[in-house]
Amino acid sequence: MSYSPSVLQIQREEARRRASRRSTAIALLSTLIVGLVLTAIVVNAQGFAAVRESFFNWHYAEKSFPRIFQGILLNLRVLLIAEFFVLIFGLAIAIARTTTAPVLYPLRLIATIYTDIFRGMPLLLVLFLVGLGIPGLRLPYVPNSAVFLGTVALVLTYSAYVAEVIRAGIEGVNPTQRQAARALGLSQSQTLQHVVLPQAFRNVTPPLLNDLVSLQKDSGLISVLGAVDAIRAAGIATAQSFNFTPYLVAGGLFVLLTIPLTRYTDWLIRRQDKAQRAQGVF
Amino acid sequence: MGALLQLKNLRKEFGSHLVLDNICLDFSQGSATVVIGASGSGKSTLMRCVNLLEELSDGQIILDGEDISTYGIDLDLVRGKIGSVFQAFNLFPHLTVLENITLAPRLVQKKSKAEAEARAHELLKRFGLEDKADAYPNLLSGGQQQRVAILRAIATGPKILLLDEVTSALDPVLIAEVLSLIAELKADGITMVISTHEMGFAKRIADRVVFLSNGAVLEEGTPREIFDSPKTTELKTFLGALQDAGRL
Repeated sequence: MSYSPSVLQIQREEARRRASRRSTAIALLSTLIVGLVLTAIVVNAQGFAAVRESFFNWHYAEKSFPRIFQGILLNLRVLLIAEFFVLIFGLAIAIARTTTAPVLYPLRLIATIYTDIFRGMPLLLVLFLVGLGIPGLRLPYVPNSAVFLGTVALVLTYSAYVAEVIRAGIEGVNPTQRQAARALGLSQSQTLQHVVLPQAFRNVTPPLLNDLVSLQKDSGLISVLGAVDAIRAAGIATAQSFNFTPYLVAGGLFVLLTIPLTRYTDWLIRRQDKAQRAQGVF
Repeated sequence: MGALLQLKNLRKEFGSHLVLDNICLDFSQGSATVVIGASGSGKSTLMRCVNLLEELSDGQIILDGEDISTYGIDLDLVRGKIGSVFQAFNLFPHLTVLENITLAPRLVQKKSKAEAEARAHELLKRFGLEDKADAYPNLLSGGQQQRVAILRAIATGPKILLLDEVTSALDPVLIAEVLSLIAELKADGITMVISTHEMGFAKRIADRVVFLSNGAVLEEGTPREIFDSPKTTELKTFLGALQDAGRL
């Protein structure tokens, strides 16, 4: 039997196509108008010529690019290593905070104090305290490089954020799931590993990735310790030429660096929405 | 040989609220006991006490000659011997049907993956769910989910199976398929404790019916004794209400 839609169905689909074409046209038109107005405002501004000269100078962009590109590779290395440790420590802290055994109370207390402190403290301060304080202690075997200490500071701060996200995920898993697992004879840790955590991570993937995107861009802050990353390289180039274009180049590279993960996050959220609708939740 | 499961003077309080009052019941090997009573009469709490999801306020539970209610007992070990199925199916949504069923045999009984899966396939095939082995729970009907939950509970070969209002969330057609599965397990000789509002089913399957009211056992006997000649006013009122609702 071939599919033969009713007249009503055909009319409805036709109307929907018309509406969709109209929406696209309106969106294009409004984007065009907003773009033209904004351009007109900027171009006609009194200092436009000067700003263009000092921020959008192709000559300096080209000249500074190789150094800044070297710098962004350092950022990439730092953030990959930081993300790895942030996920591990974040998970450990989240688990510590959700335990209930009385014997683990000290662990819970430490985890709570840790997240309170590092979620509240500005990253810049943590960078200064770690980057300048630890070398001052003259500890044996601890490297004093700005890159190493900067990465440590990033991990300290972001582990606290990520721990809270994962904790929310763990607490969001329906308690009946734990009960069902315990009733089957699974131990506490088996329940956590095989039943609770897989569901917890699924629930919090979007906010988790959001924090990782944020970490990616904040990896640029290690430049305050003197590490020659993209921002530092841009700063050096600017100091030589008194032209700010290199900063814009670095900024562009950072945006490019974060876009893949941002798009991936959007895609994941859309997919979860779809899966829920397939279950007929709405 | 004594009873497989003995409840001795079981008492459960939530704060000052008495939920189970001096329950004494014996469950013999291979028997099917149906617990009936109004909502709030303590049926679910009784079930949750037996599989140790609730701590007793007083009394003893003896399973296969072993006191499982003493403080400090290995809860995981005991729970492995008791299969439990709940009203809300509580399947693990991130695992397939096959993974749901093989999880406990693999983790608790340390069976190999192949061995656990062979057993699971056998169960699924027998109960007409073979084609759902790789499906995720949210794609199954309520009746299918509940049948999978029951198979998950018996996959470890428990000594006793607790079924707590397992059909209360289902429509009549789905109820029928779940009940026929339970009837087959009964024929296999699995010892069962069932709480239900399906009185027709209780009459058919029960060796014994226990009537709970306000946390106490008011009457117990064969289905015929309970349904045909109730003695207490409470049971008469309960059966009368069921009759008025067309549930008897």
